Amino acid sequence: MDVFIPLFVVLPLAGAFLIAIIGSFAKGFGRIFTSIILAFLTGLSLYVIFKVEYPIILKVGGWELFEKIPIAIYMVIDGLSIYLLLIINIVGFFSAFYSISYIKRFTAENNYYTLFCLMAAGMNGVVVSGDIFNIYVFLEMAAISSYALVAFEIEKEHLEASFKYQVLGCLSSLFILLSIGFLYWKTSTLNIADISRMILSTEGGGLVTFAQVILLSGFGLKAAMIPFHAWLPDAHSSAPSPISSMLSGVLIKAIGAYVILRLFFNMFVISYSISMVITIIGTLSMVIGGILAIGQWDIKRLLAYSSISQMGYVILGVGIGMLVLSQNGDKSIATLSITGGLFHLFNHAVFKGLLFLNAGAVEYETGIRDMKKLGGLSAKMPVTTSTSLSASMSISGIPPFNGFFSKLIIIIAAIQAKYYVLSILAVFISIITLAMYLKVQRFTFFNKKEEDWDMRGISVREVPFTMCFSMVFLAVLCLVLSLLVVPSIRDIILTPAVDVLINAGQYSTAVLGH
Amino acid sequence: MIVYFLCIFLFLVGLYGVVTKRNLIKIVIGLAIMEYSVNLFLILIGYVKGGTAPILSNEVTKRVFVDPLPQAMVLTAIVIGLATTTLLLAIAIRIYKKYGTFDIREIKNLKG
Amino acid sequence: MKGMTVIVKKVTQIVCGIIFLYGIYIIIHGHLTPGGGFAGGAIIAGAFILLILAFGSEFLALKKEETRSSIMESSAILIFLIIAVLGMVIGVGGVFFVNFLPKGTIGELISAGVIPLYNIAVGMEVAAALLTIFLALLIYRDEVLK
Repeated sequence: MDVFIPLFVVLPLAGAFLIAIIGSFAKGFGRIFTSIILAFLTGLSLYVIFKVEYPIILKVGGWELFEKIPIAIYMVIDGLSIYLLLIINIVGFFSAFYSISYIKRFTAENNYYTLFCLMAAGMNGVVVSGDIFNIYVFLEMAAISSYALVAFEIEKEHLEASFKYQVLGCLSSLFILLSIGFLYWKTSTLNIADISRMILSTEGGGLVTFAQVILLSGFGLKAAMIPFHAWLPDAHSSAPSPISSMLSGVLIKAIGAYVILRLFFNMFVISYSISMVITIIGTLSMVIGGILAIGQWDIKRLLAYSSISQMGYVILGVGIGMLVLSQNGDKSIATLSITGGLFHLFNHAVFKGLLFLNAGAVEYETGIRDMKKLGGLSAKMPVTTSTSLSASMSISGIPPFNGFFSKLIIIIAAIQAKYYVLSILAVFISIITLAMYLKVQRFTFFNKKEEDWDMRGISVREVPFTMCFSMVFLAVLCLVLSLLVVPSIRDIILTPAVDVLINAGQYSTAVLGH
Repeated sequence: MIVYFLCIFLFLVGLYGVVTKRNLIKIVIGLAIMEYSVNLFLILIGYVKGGTAPILSNEVTKRVFVDPLPQAMVLTAIVIGLATTTLLLAIAIRIYKKYGTFDIREIKNLKG
Repeated sequence: MKGMTVIVKKVTQIVCGIIFLYGIYIIIHGHLTPGGGFAGGAIIAGAFILLILAFGSEFLALKKEETRSSIMESSAILIFLIIAVLGMVIGVGGVFFVNFLPKGTIGELISAGVIPLYNIAVGMEVAAALLTIFLALLIYRDEVLK
């Protein structure tokens, strides 16, 4: 069964270069091929979740253990990896299908699809690898493709946003490489399971804590936490809309939050001070992101600041779980909190992806992104309006959409762990999110009369079929995902992911086999 | 021990360049200096006292080699650094064409 | 872009072939001496770039050259991936990246299984990629100057 693992990386990589070759002869090849590859990978990840036993381990090159020391490069799929693979491939497929109509107006279409496939291959590689240097290489592959995609329309603002993003991203990658150097100095190995064994057996000391702090800064910038968030509003609002939904929906989770979870739970020993730092960073992101978002008048900039706030919810949920585990508290509270955090991860990918696709649809028809000049679109673009309404209700936490359940679980876990200030802040920011999205709905779709558009001479119709299909399907997924609270479905998808993090010490036993 | 501190000092020199300079190209050069310092640090970690180059051949009699794994890591890191620097420079020359200047105080279209 | 003086052209004619041959030597002996795919590929790209700088060329010739080197780069990566996956299909054990050709004695030129083939694919890819980058920047500058 371990023949499946390399397919997640090899298929998008081969597809990217096939599109580069064949695309110079046949113009429309890249569009359909990308959607086919990502649909196949979605089907493969659904098959692995429902039918196959994990963890699945592959030793690249077939090098077996030598006197109980792992010398091969490992690729591991366990509960957390397959959960993230599902998120990446689903949102990736819908963004690729949406961009069939959206990217038609650019001339360099094949470059776009090549870079898209490379980004998907890099993200799949990060969640599948079991070796910290492999994580660094795949992370750079995904990040460099995203730098080029942000600057895809070569106008003034896009180039400036891409340059700022690149300088900060390169800085954080250098921090990550420096901390990999420190870890190798201390433990003489690069395998995640083996490093966790070596840290337990030797005296940790100052060098490992220093490596932890530098690692947190590097990956905190990739995950857009406060105070490392300065690149996010410019980059996510200047990218083309399907790329914005991929960046905000998947990239900051796959190369930011996932790596923090994997390394701080399964590799390092959970300590009280680092857990406190992570929880404080999560709370600050939640609060400051929400307050900065509500004053914006550009749709995509508001959505980008709101991403910072929602990622703060995820890190808050996980941080409370870490705090409880580090003090050897009640394991059921930690399970509840981490379940809430991971569930909110999936929900945010779906509804934030949908919101960015809606903003792209509005921009495709009218060419305007400033909310003060928009309005009165509800009769002319019914599909966009209704899907945007369901996404806004979902992100504000209104039942029966999925956002309500995940936020409720995080707030209940915070109250049970006796952090009352955090739960009050979470409820307060939820109310501010509701206000912010009521503002978006009112000013974009409902404010003015529809004859305004005919007077301005812009003809506004509904968007083409492929864009409608993606938006409707994601809106349906918003409702379907609230079924993940039902215990029987939760045990297949969500509980294995949480178990990997709660039983943190068993990762090395499962991978190495002894 | 002194050598590792010198590597970190070179890293801080590059960081000073990225943070203080106003010309886009000088920022790119600062990032390149930081990359070189991290690569140097990685290779110095693998030094074994009295070791020689890790190449296996028929004439070698000494059996203490330096660690070859950081050398493989640094090869990969050099290639990644090349790709990053190339993309930064390509965007920098397009910015020069659009804005007419390399000064970052003039390039401020996005605010808020 | 214009070429350079007569002295540079004459010396380039003599030296360029030697540089190319040296790059091929470093690629092929990648499993015996330091170097391997990346270093050899960079040297070969240097030989081509020296030719373009010394002799100059027309704008249309540069565009045709860039299309060809871009296709060469993508095919070299596809060859690399095919060799890697071939291990899964043919080889003993059936895992990714396995070394399935016979390994000879240490120190011979034809030994170490698939590694020389990987070196050749990586060398082609790096040379084509560096040439594509150089040509793309040159074409942008010529477009801007027109």
